[in-house]
Amino acid sequence: MKILVSKLIKVSVFLLSFGAIAETQAQQVEVRILDFENFEPFLHKNNDTIYVINFWASWCVPCIKELPDFEKLNVKYADKNFKMILVSLDFKRTLDSKLIPFITEKNLKASVLLLHAPDANAWINKVNPSWSGAIPATLIYKNEFRLFHEGGYTYSELDKIVKPLIN
Amino acid sequence: MKKSIFLLLFVLSFTITLMAQGYKVGDKAQDFELMNIDGKTVSMADYPDAKGFIVIFTCNHCPYSVAYEGRKIALAKKFESLGYPVIAINPNDSTIVPQDSFSNMVKRAAEKDFPYPYLLDADQTVFQQYGATRTPHVFLLNKESSDLIVRYIGAIDNNYENAKKASEHYVEAAIEALLQGQNPDPEFTKAIGCSIKIKKS
Repeated sequence: MKILVSKLIKVSVFLLSFGAIAETQAQQVEVRILDFENFEPFLHKNNDTIYVINFWASWCVPCIKELPDFEKLNVKYADKNFKMILVSLDFKRTLDSKLIPFITEKNLKASVLLLHAPDANAWINKVNPSWSGAIPATLIYKNEFRLFHEGGYTYSELDKIVKPLIN
Repeated sequence: MKKSIFLLLFVLSFTITLMAQGYKVGDKAQDFELMNIDGKTVSMADYPDAKGFIVIFTCNHCPYSVAYEGRKIALAKKFESLGYPVIAINPNDSTIVPQDSFSNMVKRAAEKDFPYPYLLDADQTVFQQYGATRTPHVFLLNKESSDLIVRYIGAIDNNYENAKKASEHYVEAAIEALLQGQNPDPEFTKAIGCSIKIKKS
């Protein structure tokens, strides 16, 4: 069965001033929760798109440090054959108390999903056999091209890899 | 000039390779002498009667490590009397993560009443020698003749988020196997963990 839970935070602010109504309705944070079985297809798309899949957590210091660089890359290639997925390994029980507030606060634009798969020994090698399990870690692929890296990336390092793959 | 640069690069890459390797199951582990939270140093040689050791690289700040605190305490209570004490080692550089400083280690150990030594790998050599890459990361050592042989590397169990939902208790099963004179199966597992925070040189 597909585990898919959507969380919707809707903040509506109505401002009434001088008889005019200004409406600000912006913040909608949706985080899908997937088990490994339902996440795995994201590792094997074969559609000419560059996938940048970053494994992180909202409490992970080096992950948070590199997030702005990932966001910058995501903006740069937004209208290209490019897709970024930030795969959070936060605990499911702290989705509402930690992850969603973090996404809101940092105003993350890249899509975030929560991989709820605590039996990690069963799937780490399926992401990449060289991964010890430490985060951050990033998989960049496009069709047959595949590059996995355990550790952080800077913007220029990321762009050096992604740029030649853009159509 | 060109030759010496080449040689330097060669030596560097060789050193990096060596550092990245660490122990594999079957390797002989080296003893260490690290500062415990009580201000005294601890070595494995201090335990002449031990049959082996559950060496756990762990820390204060990492939620995966924190989630395993109760399970580390339970392992210590169950297996110390059977000859396999827990030794916890914090490998992180506290200039990167202040929560993992020595004084915060002392504080955390007091709060949770750790029944095991909690050592600081202050110059970050021990975790590199062992090949730990994350917290928590377990190395189960078994005394064979006078050597300490690595018999299991990996996770404590197969559910970092919820101890009650774990269906495989790797470290417990590994020690039970050793107590029966067998080698653990599995002898190696992986787990999601926090990267070890290495001091910037």
